[in-house]
Amino acid sequence: MKVECAFVVNGEPVCVDVAPAARLVDVLRGPLGLTGTKEGCGNGECGACTVLVDGEPVNACLFPVLEVEGREVTTIEGIGGPGGALSPVQEAFVRHGGIQCGFCTPGMIVTATSLLRSNPDPSDDEIRDGLRGNLCRCTGYVQIVDSVREAAKAMREEGADE
Amino acid sequence: MSELRHVGRESVRPDAADKATGRAHYIHDLVRPGMLHGKVKFSEHAHARIVHIDTSRAERLPGVRAVITAYDTPEVRIGFLRDNFALKRDKVRQYRDEVAAVAAIDPEIAAEAVELIRVEYEPLGAVFDPVEAMAEGAPLVHEVDARGRPVESNVLQLTVGHESGDLAAAERASKHIAEGEFSTPLIQQSCMGTAGCIAEMDVRGNLTIWAKTQIPFLAQRDFNRALEDMGLPGRNARVIVPTLGGGFGTGLDTHAYEFIAILLAHRTGRPVKMLYTREEEFANLSPRQSSRTRIVQGCDADGRLTFRRMEVLQDNGAYTSWGATFPTVMLLPATSLYRVGAVKFDARIVYTNNTYCQAMRGYGNPEVTWPIECTLDELAEQAGIDPFELRMRNRNEPGEVTPMGARVTTCGLGECLEGAAEKLDWKEKRGKQRNARRGVGMASLIHVGGSGRIYRSDGGGVILKLDDYGNVNVSYGGVEMGQGLHSALTLTVADALGVLPERVHINPTDTATCPWDVGTHASRGAFIACNAAIRAANEARRRLFEMAAEVYAQEVARNAESHRRKNPGWTQPDVFLPALCRPEAFDLRDSWLFPKSRPDEPWLRIELGRLLRALHFRGEKGQVIVEEAFYEPPSELPDWDRGMGNMSACYTYGVQGVEVEVDEDTGEVRILRAVSAHDVGRVLSPQALAGQIYGGFAQGVGYAMYEEVRSVEGRIANPSFTDYKIPTAAEMGFPVDVVIVETDDPAGPFGAKGIGEPGLVPTAPAIANAIYDAIGVRIHDLPITPEKIVAALAARRRETPPSR
Repeated sequence: MKVECAFVVNGEPVCVDVAPAARLVDVLRGPLGLTGTKEGCGNGECGACTVLVDGEPVNACLFPVLEVEGREVTTIEGIGGPGGALSPVQEAFVRHGGIQCGFCTPGMIVTATSLLRSNPDPSDDEIRDGLRGNLCRCTGYVQIVDSVREAAKAMREEGADE
Repeated sequence: MSELRHVGRESVRPDAADKATGRAHYIHDLVRPGMLHGKVKFSEHAHARIVHIDTSRAERLPGVRAVITAYDTPEVRIGFLRDNFALKRDKVRQYRDEVAAVAAIDPEIAAEAVELIRVEYEPLGAVFDPVEAMAEGAPLVHEVDARGRPVESNVLQLTVGHESGDLAAAERASKHIAEGEFSTPLIQQSCMGTAGCIAEMDVRGNLTIWAKTQIPFLAQRDFNRALEDMGLPGRNARVIVPTLGGGFGTGLDTHAYEFIAILLAHRTGRPVKMLYTREEEFANLSPRQSSRTRIVQGCDADGRLTFRRMEVLQDNGAYTSWGATFPTVMLLPATSLYRVGAVKFDARIVYTNNTYCQAMRGYGNPEVTWPIECTLDELAEQAGIDPFELRMRNRNEPGEVTPMGARVTTCGLGECLEGAAEKLDWKEKRGKQRNARRGVGMASLIHVGGSGRIYRSDGGGVILKLDDYGNVNVSYGGVEMGQGLHSALTLTVADALGVLPERVHINPTDTATCPWDVGTHASRGAFIACNAAIRAANEARRRLFEMAAEVYAQEVARNAESHRRKNPGWTQPDVFLPALCRPEAFDLRDSWLFPKSRPDEPWLRIELGRLLRALHFRGEKGQVIVEEAFYEPPSELPDWDRGMGNMSACYTYGVQGVEVEVDEDTGEVRILRAVSAHDVGRVLSPQALAGQIYGGFAQGVGYAMYEEVRSVEGRIANPSFTDYKIPTAAEMGFPVDVVIVETDDPAGPFGAKGIGEPGLVPTAPAIANAIYDAIGVRIHDLPITPEKIVAALAARRRETPPSR
């Protein structure tokens, strides 16, 4: 048995038929084709599937899709600007080596984006604390923390220019 | 070759933007038309006879397309010693043995079907301890070897030994001797992207497999052999490598799940995808081997090392992977880390009913560097010499030939030691902070820097294909798994050929289009690929310049004409063009061809794409440029029984140091800062290099302080990230200084040595030595948990009651 679920994903309204117990990650990656969201553990431990629901980061592998009914979901595909433009956080990860195998990267960037919205000028400890739910096996986190720090700086400078 | 304009300078990964936007495609994301989903039924016993398998209920489940067992499929033998099978027949030897498999139209149905399979077992006596497994009368894990010959012992016939120098005399001449037993645990590689593959057969029986592998060509060989076993001789396996969510050694073998996918694809005529969940990955993907090592080493009164004896025992688990050859790499630090005149090294590896093990980053090196570097500090203490000073006195030097015959071409160990000591304020801090329960410690490493020859070819090839638009398409058969191989290769091709890095495009790794390569291991990717690329680029330049001489005059005339049109007052300088139309007169730099003698005159410069079109579109003389070069490093396949041979084209060195603070009440160790100093030969990509060093160090911290796959009577007891802890950003909240030493090795591409693995090799002993400096207790068994520290402190208190 399937039920209809209507929500907004990356700014576009969608309506999909889903199994009532379906997880958000499966609906995003399956019928919606948004494979940028990765599933690393299926258990809420690694953060690779992090997406924003009404601006708040959640693990899409634990999140029932019916709970996004009528809400706004942002995935890694919706983090950047139109036409493939990179967001300041994405740009900083690219430039400062915050990416190796890249499997944790979408979740890491979504979490970092949310972190910088609530704290535009975080200390390195605050960045590390904010990212503790996102595991990375490649980088040792040093260049990830560099990336988030530099993204924060770039966003503050951009904000000051306006 | 042109001058270096890109190698060694800051640049970004070619795949970074795709990964940052979710556009990189991993095996998890790939779908083939008509694709089915496979699932494995694993054993429920560590050692048991299979009495009966009932698949009837699974077969009747709607959506199931095939259920297979060893009893209804051809026997497909797998593994380094061919002691393993895709599906098990007669008996299971470990909990994760594959007894049946299902293909269904979706993963949920496949999982449900597997639950419906009933297997009747007759349990057998099992053995889980490698020492007990060697005892007489221990249950045999294998009764016969791969050729059907009876086996009498669980000890594998894979011996690596070494003996050099006069050990007895050296031991007598020693003033100080340190000895002990040390152990390392099972470690889960913990790739963020779990294992998986898609197998697809054409009607003629040829296979295409998208595989999460580090060894596309050895995998092709294994899969071709399986096709033969399946009654499809002479058919071919094409291996395509998608974006990898980490490797760390998990891709050095072909795995049963891959052969099961092939069997299911063959049975159903449909593509079949297998994908491990995280729990399956923890429970069913081979971890790094555990080890127990007994070491004795000595030094004279001046602290000069006199001899070293090491005996290693490894638990193989139930089957044999390439990881069983860890001792081939252990041999290097055992014989060649510091100058030691007399060395004895023996390694034994034993079958048990535990999960079978495979490779991981460092490949045996951390396992033996751990006891060497811990006992080195003990020798320093006995001799009353500063541990840094003791290391300096015994450091390796260029020109040295080590006891195993390793020829040291370049060596920056001394500079690394000095760099690490300086960053740690060693002289001010060592032995002086015990009141604050703080201490510093360091440990060194040697590793293969110019690949490590453990196979009859250790080479790799590169194809450079130049197109009509000035693009350079690069095909290399090794694997980018996150480490930055493509960063280094892009910069190398750019400089070696003389093109802009953005015109260099690295093709996906595919055995159908890339030249052979032995695989991405032994820190060899950039070393081999860049060496091959430089050779191919040199040949491409030679041909390009030769042909350019034929069209240059005509192209310059077009330039002059256009220049005149745009600048009416311009008169063409008096240049004797025939003198410039010679192959040796040209240079190519950042995608422009120009005469070496007149590099700055725009009308004499031809853009590469235009030049290539001019060479292509000229009637019967038309040519395109595709160059291939195969690079086989100058090294020797060692004689393993004697443990002798120069296994690498060069060797890399490094030193890690940490400062720690220990809470004696809780046993908690806090790292205050760290330094990782490495002789890298030459920096190719600074960003990728730093990433390898930081990332290796973090894995080293996990290995040292908390990671351990717990196996209880053969069953993995902690198959999740909640119960198997890897470092998070919060744990890595201390500064890590990186010291880079460039020694410009003659065998390296632009002088570079491999740097993929060294970052985790000496981390554990550096931390252990710092803990000793802080609180005076030494832990011998990794990981160094708070419980072990508290227990060691309690034991010391019992031995030496506080004075009243």
